[in-house]
Amino acid sequence: MNTAPITTRRLNVDPAYITPFVGSISNVFETMLQLPVNVGAPRIKSNGSPSYDVSGIIGMTGDVEGTVVLSFPTATAERAVTLFTGMELKSNHEDFADAIGELVNMVSGGAKAQFTGKHVGISTPSVIIGSEHSVYGRKDMTTVEIPCTCDIGEFNVEVSMLLPARVAK
Amino acid sequence: MKVLLVDDSKTMRNIQKGILTQLGYTQLEEAADGLDALSKVGAFGPQLLLVDWNMPNMDGLTFVKKFRSQGGTAPIIMVTTEAEKSRVVEAIKAGVNNYVVKPFTPDVLSERIKETLERCAAA
Repeated sequence: MNTAPITTRRLNVDPAYITPFVGSISNVFETMLQLPVNVGAPRIKSNGSPSYDVSGIIGMTGDVEGTVVLSFPTATAERAVTLFTGMELKSNHEDFADAIGELVNMVSGGAKAQFTGKHVGISTPSVIIGSEHSVYGRKDMTTVEIPCTCDIGEFNVEVSMLLPARVAK
Repeated sequence: MKVLLVDDSKTMRNIQKGILTQLGYTQLEEAADGLDALSKVGAFGPQLLLVDWNMPNMDGLTFVKKFRSQGGTAPIIMVTTEAEKSRVVEAIKAGVNNYVVKPFTPDVLSERIKETLERCAAA
Protein backbone atom coordinates (compact mmCIF):
# COMPACT_ATOMS: atom_id res chain seq x y z
CA MET A 1 0.00 0.00 0.00
CA ASN A 2 1.38 3.43 -0.93
CA THR A 3 -0.07 6.31 0.98
CA ALA A 4 0.68 9.99 1.27
CA PRO A 5 1.04 11.36 4.80
CA ILE A 6 -2.33 11.87 6.46
CA THR A 7 -2.42 15.62 6.99
CA THR A 8 -5.94 15.87 8.33
CA ARG A 9 -4.90 18.21 11.16
CA ARG A 10 -4.90 21.16 8.78
CA LEU A 11 -8.34 19.98 7.61
CA ASN A 12 -9.61 20.26 11.19
CA VAL A 13 -10.66 16.59 11.05
CA ASP A 14 -9.41 13.99 13.49
CA PRO A 15 -7.19 11.57 11.49
CA ALA A 16 -8.73 8.72 13.50
CA TYR A 17 -11.85 9.19 11.36
CA ILE A 18 -10.05 9.27 8.01
CA THR A 19 -7.16 6.82 8.38
CA PRO A 20 -9.52 3.78 8.57
CA PHE A 21 -10.79 4.58 5.08
CA VAL A 22 -7.26 4.84 3.69
CA GLY A 23 -6.42 1.36 4.96
CA SER A 24 -9.75 -0.09 3.89
CA ILE A 25 -9.53 1.19 0.30
CA SER A 26 -6.17 -0.50 -0.17
CA ASN A 27 -7.30 -3.71 1.50
CA VAL A 28 -10.45 -4.05 -0.62
CA PHE A 29 -8.73 -3.29 -3.91
CA GLU A 30 -5.71 -5.50 -3.21
CA THR A 31 -7.81 -8.43 -1.93
CA MET A 32 -10.74 -8.41 -4.38
CA LEU A 33 -9.15 -6.81 -7.48
CA GLN A 34 -5.46 -7.72 -6.93
CA LEU A 35 -4.77 -4.04 -7.52
CA PRO A 36 -2.37 -1.91 -5.44
CA VAL A 37 -3.68 1.60 -4.80
CA ASN A 38 -1.77 4.85 -4.31
CA VAL A 39 -3.71 6.91 -1.79
CA GLY A 40 -3.12 10.66 -1.98
CA ALA A 41 -3.40 13.33 0.68
CA PRO A 42 -6.97 13.88 1.90
CA ARG A 43 -8.47 17.29 1.17
CA ILE A 44 -11.67 19.14 1.97
CA LYS A 45 -14.33 18.88 -0.74
CA SER A 46 -16.86 21.67 -1.02
CA ASN A 47 -20.48 20.54 -0.81
CA GLY A 48 -21.97 19.95 -4.25
CA SER A 49 -18.76 20.09 -6.25
CA PRO A 50 -18.85 17.40 -8.96
CA SER A 51 -17.95 13.81 -8.32
CA TYR A 52 -16.96 11.46 -11.12
CA ASP A 53 -19.47 9.58 -13.32
CA VAL A 54 -20.20 6.55 -11.13
CA SER A 55 -20.73 6.85 -7.37
CA GLY A 56 -21.48 4.17 -4.79
CA ILE A 57 -22.95 5.67 -1.62
CA ILE A 58 -23.37 4.26 1.89
CA GLY A 59 -24.74 5.93 5.01
CA MET A 60 -23.21 5.59 8.47
CA THR A 61 -25.28 5.92 11.63
CA GLY A 62 -24.62 5.70 15.34
CA ASP A 63 -21.49 7.09 17.01
CA VAL A 64 -20.18 8.15 13.59
CA GLU A 65 -22.80 9.79 11.37
CA GLY A 66 -22.22 10.48 7.71
CA THR A 67 -21.86 9.08 4.23
CA VAL A 68 -19.15 7.35 2.24
CA VAL A 69 -18.98 7.84 -1.53
CA LEU A 70 -16.75 5.81 -3.82
CA SER A 71 -16.63 7.77 -7.08
CA PHE A 72 -15.09 6.73 -10.41
CA PRO A 73 -14.82 7.94 -13.99
CA THR A 74 -16.86 5.50 -16.09
CA ALA A 75 -13.84 3.81 -17.70
CA THR A 76 -12.16 3.21 -14.33
CA ALA A 77 -15.38 1.88 -12.84
CA GLU A 78 -15.88 -0.53 -15.74
CA ARG A 79 -12.31 -1.83 -15.40
CA ALA A 80 -12.75 -2.21 -11.63
CA VAL A 81 -16.00 -4.14 -12.07
CA THR A 82 -14.39 -6.40 -14.67
CA LEU A 83 -11.59 -7.26 -12.24
CA PHE A 84 -14.04 -7.70 -9.37
CA THR A 85 -16.57 -9.90 -11.14
CA GLY A 86 -14.37 -11.62 -13.70
CA MET A 87 -16.80 -10.48 -16.41
CA GLU A 88 -16.68 -7.49 -18.72
CA LEU A 89 -19.65 -5.38 -17.64
CA LYS A 90 -20.36 -1.97 -19.13
CA SER A 91 -21.96 0.71 -16.98
CA ASN A 92 -25.39 0.10 -18.56
CA HIS A 93 -25.39 -3.60 -17.61
CA GLU A 94 -27.95 -4.52 -14.96
CA ASP A 95 -25.30 -6.02 -12.67
CA PHE A 96 -22.83 -3.12 -12.91
CA ALA A 97 -24.38 -1.03 -10.11
CA ASP A 98 -24.58 -4.07 -7.85
CA ALA A 99 -20.81 -4.57 -8.15
CA ILE A 100 -20.06 -0.90 -7.42
CA GLY A 101 -22.39 -1.09 -4.42
CA GLU A 102 -20.60 -4.11 -3.06
CA LEU A 103 -17.22 -2.37 -3.41
CA VAL A 104 -18.37 0.67 -1.40
CA ASN A 105 -19.98 -1.70 1.11
CA MET A 106 -16.65 -3.43 1.69
CA VAL A 107 -14.69 -0.16 1.90
CA SER A 108 -17.18 1.25 4.44
CA GLY A 109 -17.38 -1.95 6.45
CA GLY A 110 -13.62 -2.27 6.65
CA ALA A 111 -13.28 1.31 7.87
CA LYS A 112 -16.12 0.97 10.35
CA ALA A 113 -14.41 -1.99 11.99
CA GLN A 114 -11.49 0.28 12.83
CA PHE A 115 -13.62 2.79 14.77
CA THR A 116 -12.61 1.10 17.99
CA GLY A 117 -15.12 1.28 20.79
CA LYS A 118 -17.75 3.01 18.67
CA HIS A 119 -21.05 1.55 17.55
CA VAL A 120 -21.56 2.34 13.88
CA GLY A 121 -24.21 0.99 11.54
CA ILE A 122 -23.99 1.14 7.75
CA SER A 123 -26.83 1.23 5.25
CA THR A 124 -27.23 -0.90 2.16
CA PRO A 125 -25.57 0.91 -0.78
CA SER A 126 -27.06 3.15 -3.45
CA VAL A 127 -25.37 3.80 -6.80
CA ILE A 128 -25.59 6.88 -9.03
CA ILE A 129 -24.51 6.68 -12.68
CA GLY A 130 -24.33 9.90 -14.70
CA SER A 131 -21.67 12.21 -16.03
CA GLU A 132 -20.17 14.54 -13.43
CA HIS A 133 -23.09 14.42 -11.04
CA SER A 134 -22.90 16.08 -7.64
CA VAL A 135 -23.52 14.37 -4.32
CA TYR A 136 -24.84 16.77 -1.69
CA GLY A 137 -24.27 15.86 1.94
CA ARG A 138 -25.81 17.47 4.98
CA LYS A 139 -24.73 21.08 5.27
CA ASP A 140 -23.38 20.59 8.77
CA MET A 141 -21.04 17.81 7.68
CA THR A 142 -17.45 18.13 6.57
CA THR A 143 -16.56 16.21 3.41
CA VAL A 144 -13.03 14.89 3.04
CA GLU A 145 -11.99 13.68 -0.39
CA ILE A 146 -9.31 10.99 -0.57
CA PRO A 147 -7.82 10.87 -4.08
CA CYS A 148 -6.66 7.44 -5.24
CA THR A 149 -4.83 6.17 -8.30
CA CYS A 150 -4.14 2.65 -9.49
CA ASP A 151 -3.27 0.85 -12.73
CA ILE A 152 -6.84 1.12 -14.03
CA GLY A 153 -7.17 4.86 -13.40
CA GLU A 154 -8.10 7.34 -10.71
CA PHE A 155 -11.01 7.47 -8.30
CA ASN A 156 -12.01 9.24 -5.09
CA VAL A 157 -13.36 8.22 -1.75
CA GLU A 158 -15.46 11.00 -0.23
CA VAL A 159 -16.16 10.78 3.47
CA SER A 160 -18.76 13.16 4.92
CA MET A 161 -19.31 13.11 8.63
CA LEU A 162 -20.30 15.13 11.60
CA LEU A 163 -17.18 16.13 13.49
CA PRO A 164 -17.01 13.88 16.56
CA ALA A 165 -17.64 16.67 19.08
CA ARG A 166 -20.88 17.48 17.31
CA VAL A 167 -22.30 13.98 17.33
CA ALA A 168 -24.95 13.94 20.04
CA LYS A 169 -23.92 10.76 21.85
CA MET B 1 -23.92 -30.96 -0.86
CA LYS B 2 -26.70 -28.36 -1.08
CA VAL B 3 -25.51 -24.83 -0.36
CA LEU B 4 -27.73 -21.77 0.09
CA LEU B 5 -26.09 -18.39 -0.64
CA VAL B 6 -27.83 -15.49 1.10
CA ASP B 7 -26.58 -12.06 0.04
CA ASP B 8 -28.32 -9.01 -1.40
CA SER B 9 -25.42 -8.52 -3.82
CA LYS B 10 -25.66 -10.67 -6.94
CA THR B 11 -21.97 -9.92 -7.51
CA MET B 12 -21.07 -11.45 -4.18
CA ARG B 13 -23.29 -14.48 -4.77
CA ASN B 14 -21.60 -15.00 -8.14
CA ILE B 15 -18.14 -14.80 -6.56
CA GLN B 16 -19.18 -17.34 -3.92
CA LYS B 17 -20.73 -19.59 -6.58
CA GLY B 18 -17.44 -19.58 -8.48
CA ILE B 19 -15.50 -20.62 -5.39
CA LEU B 20 -18.02 -23.31 -4.42
CA THR B 21 -18.06 -24.70 -7.96
CA GLN B 22 -14.25 -24.93 -7.86
CA LEU B 23 -14.63 -26.91 -4.63
CA GLY B 24 -17.00 -29.30 -6.40
CA TYR B 25 -20.30 -28.08 -4.97
CA THR B 26 -22.90 -27.72 -7.70
CA GLN B 27 -26.25 -27.85 -5.89
CA LEU B 28 -26.47 -24.14 -5.19
CA GLU B 29 -29.50 -21.99 -4.40
CA GLU B 30 -29.55 -18.22 -3.96
CA ALA B 31 -31.53 -15.82 -1.80
CA ALA B 32 -31.39 -12.01 -1.87
CA ASP B 33 -32.24 -11.40 1.79
CA GLY B 34 -33.30 -13.14 4.98
CA LEU B 35 -36.98 -13.30 4.06
CA ASP B 36 -36.17 -14.81 0.68
CA ALA B 37 -33.90 -17.33 2.38
CA LEU B 38 -36.57 -18.33 4.91
CA SER B 39 -38.97 -18.99 2.06
CA LYS B 40 -36.45 -21.31 0.37
CA VAL B 41 -34.89 -23.36 3.18
CA GLY B 42 -37.86 -25.71 3.50
CA ALA B 43 -38.00 -26.86 -0.10
CA PHE B 44 -34.25 -26.70 -0.78
CA GLY B 45 -33.00 -28.27 2.45
CA PRO B 46 -29.54 -26.68 2.53
CA GLN B 47 -26.66 -28.59 4.11
CA LEU B 48 -24.55 -25.42 4.35
CA LEU B 49 -25.49 -21.74 4.31
CA LEU B 50 -23.36 -18.69 3.55
CA VAL B 51 -25.16 -15.65 4.97
CA ASP B 52 -24.47 -11.92 4.67
CA TRP B 53 -25.32 -9.66 7.63
CA ASN B 54 -26.54 -6.34 6.19
CA MET B 55 -29.43 -6.96 3.82
CA PRO B 56 -32.79 -5.25 3.17
CA ASN B 57 -36.12 -6.73 4.37
CA MET B 58 -34.49 -9.14 6.84
CA ASP B 59 -30.84 -8.99 7.91
CA GLY B 60 -28.65 -12.05 8.23
CA LEU B 61 -28.59 -12.15 12.02
CA THR B 62 -32.39 -12.16 12.22
CA PHE B 63 -32.51 -14.88 9.58
CA VAL B 64 -30.03 -17.04 11.51
CA LYS B 65 -32.08 -16.70 14.71
CA LYS B 66 -35.31 -17.60 12.91
CA PHE B 67 -33.70 -20.51 11.04
CA ARG B 68 -32.33 -21.96 14.27
CA SER B 69 -35.59 -21.38 16.16
CA GLN B 70 -37.39 -23.33 13.43
CA GLY B 71 -35.07 -26.27 13.97
CA GLY B 72 -32.55 -25.62 11.20
CA THR B 73 -29.33 -27.44 12.06
CA ALA B 74 -27.21 -26.98 8.91
CA PRO B 75 -23.90 -25.19 9.44
CA ILE B 76 -23.91 -21.46 8.77
CA ILE B 77 -20.97 -19.29 7.77
CA MET B 78 -21.53 -15.55 8.10
CA VAL B 79 -19.82 -13.73 5.21
CA THR B 80 -19.95 -10.02 5.98
CA THR B 81 -18.18 -6.68 6.29
CA GLU B 82 -19.12 -6.65 9.99
CA ALA B 83 -15.66 -7.26 11.41
CA GLU B 84 -15.89 -6.01 15.00
CA LYS B 85 -15.25 -8.66 17.64
CA SER B 86 -18.55 -7.84 19.37
CA ARG B 87 -20.41 -8.57 16.14
CA VAL B 88 -18.63 -11.90 15.68
CA VAL B 89 -19.60 -12.89 19.22
CA GLU B 90 -23.21 -11.79 18.58
CA ALA B 91 -23.34 -13.93 15.45
CA ILE B 92 -21.88 -17.00 17.14
CA LYS B 93 -24.39 -16.65 19.98
CA ALA B 94 -27.20 -16.51 17.40
CA GLY B 95 -26.11 -19.82 15.93
CA VAL B 96 -23.46 -19.05 13.34
CA ASN B 97 -20.76 -21.74 13.07
CA ASN B 98 -18.02 -19.76 11.37
CA TYR B 99 -17.25 -16.26 10.14
CA VAL B 100 -15.60 -14.73 7.06
CA VAL B 101 -14.94 -11.00 6.83
CA LYS B 102 -15.27 -9.28 3.45
CA PRO B 103 -13.06 -8.64 1.54
CA PHE B 104 -11.80 -12.23 1.36
CA THR B 105 -9.64 -14.24 -1.00
CA PRO B 106 -10.96 -17.46 -2.57
CA ASP B 107 -8.46 -19.39 -0.42
CA VAL B 108 -9.83 -17.92 2.81
CA LEU B 109 -13.46 -18.75 1.95
CA SER B 110 -12.49 -22.25 0.76
CA GLU B 111 -10.56 -22.96 3.94
CA ARG B 112 -13.37 -21.68 6.15
CA ILE B 113 -15.92 -23.88 4.32
CA LYS B 114 -13.77 -27.01 4.69
CA GLU B 115 -13.02 -26.20 8.34
CA THR B 116 -16.71 -25.65 9.12
CA LEU B 117 -17.86 -28.86 7.46
CA GLU B 118 -15.13 -30.92 9.14
CA ARG B 119 -15.87 -29.40 12.54
CA CYS B 120 -19.62 -29.98 12.19
CA ALA B 121 -19.12 -33.54 10.92
CA ALA B 122 -16.94 -34.34 13.93
CA ALA B 123 -19.41 -32.88 16.44
